[in-house]
Amino acid sequence: MALPPLDSPSWQNPLRAFAWGIRSVASTVLTLVLFATYLGIGALAHDTHFSLGWVLGSTLLVWAGPAQIILISTLGSGATAVQAAIAVTVSAIRLFPMVVSVLPMMKTPDTKRRQLVLAAHFIAVTLWVECYRLLPQVPRERRIAFTHGLGCGLLTVCLTATTLGYGLAANLPKLFGAAILILTPLAFLLSTARNCRQVSDVLALVLGIALFPVVSMLHSGVDILISGIIAGSIAYGVHWWRERGLA
Amino acid sequence: MSEFFGDPHALLILVIAGFLPNEVWRMAGLWLGGGVDEGSEILVWVRAVATAILAGVIAQILVQPPGALASIPDWLRYGAVAAGFLVFMLTRRSIFAGVVAGEVVMVAGKWWLG
Repeated sequence: MALPPLDSPSWQNPLRAFAWGIRSVASTVLTLVLFATYLGIGALAHDTHFSLGWVLGSTLLVWAGPAQIILISTLGSGATAVQAAIAVTVSAIRLFPMVVSVLPMMKTPDTKRRQLVLAAHFIAVTLWVECYRLLPQVPRERRIAFTHGLGCGLLTVCLTATTLGYGLAANLPKLFGAAILILTPLAFLLSTARNCRQVSDVLALVLGIALFPVVSMLHSGVDILISGIIAGSIAYGVHWWRERGLA
Repeated sequence: MSEFFGDPHALLILVIAGFLPNEVWRMAGLWLGGGVDEGSEILVWVRAVATAILAGVIAQILVQPPGALASIPDWLRYGAVAAGFLVFMLTRRSIFAGVVAGEVVMVAGKWWLG
């Protein structure tokens, strides 16, 4: 499926831009990855005795697979709400630089902050990666409507998968759980690798993977943040140094 | 309705331990990122840090596997992801081919181990 050209009349109407966003759900294999991941989340919630409404609420409100897995498994293992909140807060730090880096692509000089609230809520790995791929093909003044469509489409797929996984939980083979859990690192790695545009992105990915096992020996509770900032800054330093060398 | 959602206490925990910890970072990003220009140099750094944190999440799941993934031996987890990456590169960056290859290696390896 290809999006219409930037000057096509089908972009003049924000509703049609929203519809193109929904249709773009079918253009990415990450939709399948999300579907499988949320089947797993639904099944996990069933096995840890959460209600269907609760897990659907978590998909709608949390909207981040790894955070939901951490939330359900920590609460399910008897941790307190505060312990779970701390674990989830640390895992969610990555959303901050993602939102900061992708929102400028959707802005026009007239855009108000509140118009970006829903788009910011939809940002998670999949939407972050897909925005970099798809937004350049969307006229700037229609990008918010398009992102809303893409987000609503993916959310619908994930709510459906959560419900199915919840219902099927008892019938899923044992190996299924492990197969679902390996999906997240595989899909994150490959979609981030495809998303790399500059040397700094490639370096950040490689250094970030290499540095985490070392930093995790600190057991600081924010190991991911420490290794991420160090690896990202080194990658940026190399980028800066190369640009300066060329100038 | 109460059957569907369970007890209200659980919903309160969902908001406190699930919704707010995520939404705080998104809204902070909206607040601070709202003023950043698309072509600015600081975004190159922010992108690099976002990518590196994501890389950390990938490494964490592989090194400290959660739940059922812990039942898969270390070498098989690393091997499955390496195979997925190799196929991804060989197929001119097809995420689909890479993900399928990684899954096949892990499931077949586990099945073979018994």
